[in-house]
Amino acid sequence: MGREPNYLELSLFSVMWSEHCGYKNSRPLLRRFPNEGARVLQGPGENAGVVEVGDGWALAFKMESHNHPSAVEPYEGAATGVGGIIRDILAMGARPVALLDSLRFGPLEEERNRYLFREVVRGIGGYGNAVGVPTVGGEVEFSPAYSGNPLVNAMCVGLIRVNDLMRSRATGVGNAVVLLGSKTGRDGIHGATFASDELTEESESKRSNVQVGDPFAEKMLIECCLELLRQDLLVSLQDLGAAGITSSASEMAASGGVGIDIEVEKVPRRETGMEPWEVMISESQERMLTVVEPEKVDEALALAKKYGIGGTVVGSVAGHGDLRVVEDGEVAGTVSAEHLADAPVYEREVVRPAYLDEVQKFNVAEIPEPEDYNEVLLKMLSHPNLRSRRSIYRQYDHEVGTSTVVAPGADAAVMRIKGTKRGFAVTTDGRGRHCYLDPRGGGAATVAEAYRNLSCVGAEPVAVTDCLNFGSPEKPDGYYQLAECVEGMAQACEALGTPVVSGNVSLFNETDRGPIYPTPTVGMVGVFEDVGWHATSAFKREGDMVVVFDGKIGPRDDSLLAGSEYLEIVHGRVAGAPPKPDLAAEKRASDLVREMIRSGLIDTAHDLSGGGKLVALAEMAMDGGIGLRYDETEVEAMRKYGHRLEILLGEKGAGFLIAFPEDRWNEVQEVLGGFAYDSIGYTGGDRFRIGDLVDLSLDELRDAYDQDLFGIPGEAVGGSEAVG
Amino acid sequence: MKIRVLVRPKEGILDPQGEAVRGALPALGFGGVKTVHIGRLIEMEVESADEVDAMCRRLLSNPTIEEYEWEVVS
Amino acid sequence: MGGGLVRIGVTIFPGSNCDRDALYAVGRMGAEPVELWHAEADLKRVDAVIVPGGFSYGDYLRPGAIARFAAVMGPLEGFAAEGGPVIGVCNGFQVLCEAHLLPGALLQNTHMRFVCDRVRVRVEATNTPWTAGCEGGEELTLPVAHNEGNFFADAETLARLEDEDRVVLRYLENPNGSANDIAGVCNEGRNVVGIMPHPERVSDPALGSEEGLKILRSVLVGAGV
Repeated sequence: MGREPNYLELSLFSVMWSEHCGYKNSRPLLRRFPNEGARVLQGPGENAGVVEVGDGWALAFKMESHNHPSAVEPYEGAATGVGGIIRDILAMGARPVALLDSLRFGPLEEERNRYLFREVVRGIGGYGNAVGVPTVGGEVEFSPAYSGNPLVNAMCVGLIRVNDLMRSRATGVGNAVVLLGSKTGRDGIHGATFASDELTEESESKRSNVQVGDPFAEKMLIECCLELLRQDLLVSLQDLGAAGITSSASEMAASGGVGIDIEVEKVPRRETGMEPWEVMISESQERMLTVVEPEKVDEALALAKKYGIGGTVVGSVAGHGDLRVVEDGEVAGTVSAEHLADAPVYEREVVRPAYLDEVQKFNVAEIPEPEDYNEVLLKMLSHPNLRSRRSIYRQYDHEVGTSTVVAPGADAAVMRIKGTKRGFAVTTDGRGRHCYLDPRGGGAATVAEAYRNLSCVGAEPVAVTDCLNFGSPEKPDGYYQLAECVEGMAQACEALGTPVVSGNVSLFNETDRGPIYPTPTVGMVGVFEDVGWHATSAFKREGDMVVVFDGKIGPRDDSLLAGSEYLEIVHGRVAGAPPKPDLAAEKRASDLVREMIRSGLIDTAHDLSGGGKLVALAEMAMDGGIGLRYDETEVEAMRKYGHRLEILLGEKGAGFLIAFPEDRWNEVQEVLGGFAYDSIGYTGGDRFRIGDLVDLSLDELRDAYDQDLFGIPGEAVGGSEAVG
Repeated sequence: MKIRVLVRPKEGILDPQGEAVRGALPALGFGGVKTVHIGRLIEMEVESADEVDAMCRRLLSNPTIEEYEWEVVS
Repeated sequence: MGGGLVRIGVTIFPGSNCDRDALYAVGRMGAEPVELWHAEADLKRVDAVIVPGGFSYGDYLRPGAIARFAAVMGPLEGFAAEGGPVIGVCNGFQVLCEAHLLPGALLQNTHMRFVCDRVRVRVEATNTPWTAGCEGGEELTLPVAHNEGNFFADAETLARLEDEDRVVLRYLENPNGSANDIAGVCNEGRNVVGIMPHPERVSDPALGSEEGLKILRSVLVGAGV
């Protein structure tokens, strides 16, 4: 910039060039992601991605991490994560209609992890329930890799008319810059840089960094902004997130090719004695920045007043191309908006880490055949990674808005679009253990799992948002994991035709105990032409045939247990090279199951995921309250193959379980031609039977599966004991 | 002047928050805790204390379930 | 009623979040939805009023405590005093208790968690405008979603509510610790009803159930439609 920056200017660069805002380490890698597709109206670069649904409707969606704030102050960290992602969607002009949360914690045996888990869930509910956006889905996993460094990724989906899409681009020299919402305090000063640091004992005490959320203020902000848009009073709209006014104003200016003057003394404050730099980078919540034509300012401010929120002209659009901070008529700092929004980039060498050879060592022959499959199944179902999520989503209002067609607990949430037959489905998925054992395969499998989840409720997958949660990219292992996971995800997104339209990066997720598993999480959105044709995993009728199929023809794979839930839960091992995802097979199988649902052939489908066929079948039986009789000859055949453990508990992907009335069997066989499939039995009764291997009542399954996740392990009935 | 209002659950009203804390304290090694009640502390600056009682009755507490007391702090 | 559709008002406080759902359900009932903004002391000639769920003023002090003083509440109290049908749902129930239009108060759920679920309730009294379309003793499955749904009243009030047949809905599985499993009550005049379950959330076959319309449409029975 041709001179030494002053303190204010340095502060602006310091927050804007942090990883959280500037993507210094990840930007070159992110270029690998495909961003375009027939339905994509807005790819990365705006507050959220947008895809077209049909009938003039579009969906805006994005996922964002709030890991570090949640590690320090879990309730407010999670709550403000939800609040922040809602504002990203609102900034596109969309009404937020669905929330999801992808969560990771350390094992519940540790008191600190139980506290983080409980408070994060309370924070999500506390904010989401009050703000009136239903929390319709998400996922949670537990592993020592996340002890002390939980992952809290919040996703929001908004609904908007295609013609009403809003952009954050500032235009019109002389237009007013209006700040809406809450007053500005010292909240989260340097939160953006904080979000990109490793967690240490010291950061645990940096509580002043964490913002406090006010869902009531957010609710009014939402209604006010939507009304301002309806009345066509805004030129542009932008949320205030990390790095506060600095980030919002410079991004608005840079994308519009203009400058912005902020008259910093006009910003309404909650605290006295704030310095200009503090006002500029404060991360006080529930604020939005807008550009308004001068003749519409009075009307806009009157609406803010009607909704009981603050509205203040704090600056104007200027022709100079800078973000200029003016205090009482004097220029306190000037930086080029484009320069500020364009952080430098580091590219690093990708070197395969030595740990991979070590952890991938795994010989299936070391794993003995279980003596008692009943015990194995109950142990799996009661483990926190597979147990029912009901005790979580019961704390979330998942029905407000009266559009939730399929409630949480399913493979994907299904939402309708009122006034049309259309709907959409949404899921979040992450596979940290898999990515740790095989970053590229795990990255691809993460995307494939989301694709399967949407397909088996009957939705056509359209596009992806992601959160890249990783350790330090400054360490070779960390950078390798990041680069390889991104490569795997990119390949899967290309193969499956689901471009990445928005996302966020959270690096330096490390504690004294080491880095987290590399855990890219994916939020995928799919659409329905007619949401009436959807499926769920619950068995629907007695006497239905149950069939398993996968998209791959060939001999069964011996590596199915590598990296499986079974191996970790029952044998305490995280090892092996999981099967490489076969993306063509994934697509073929998913596309087929979706077509079967759309044509009305089946209404019951579930994908094969953690815990394999055994756990998936138990879930279908419990969800429907109808038992299962597994075909004796199938069990005999398994015995002959000599690897029934892999058949029942292996995890490969590209597989589905479906159920349908027996009189459709001929039609089903016809469409399954070319796939490997087995008819494995019939629904009915109140027992879950697999030959002489498993024989349990549905109540016994439920006693294991339905346990409260918020109890203390060991004190609960049948709680998970240490595994041998 | 500065007023401090204390609002708490009336005697006999179930106080699950208080109960939870009462249960948690012994678990942390604090013995001899017989009862815990959780209420609300409200601090106000007012020009006169004349109407504080009415404020307490009409808005700051719900007489069906809560009792209050207030004092002039300064 | 002037020959046209029955006009049903839905109050909108700044933090109401079931207002749009209630307006939508009014349309499903076959009545005309009318928005009643909290800052306007005007009931716009409606025939009945729904006070919807949400967090009227953030619920930071006590749920419903501040809403009671909103401008719209003046005419609403007058409307109720004259026998106009009013139903408070969830936060609306809390508002009506705070406004002394209904007895008792709603405490935090005994398990101290927000609860969003479907629960079975029994219709205990059909002689109110909001249950007239139900069968006495009829069992309904309705959604609940609240943190403060634990109905409390002193022993004397509870006894009077039971004696006077003013418990309108009762939980078959109590989700919040509510006294006598009470899910809904009415005032002495029986025209003001408060219930914790959300009938507007089950008023559309697309969401799997229309059982809530039995409650909401009751008011049309009373209106002679």
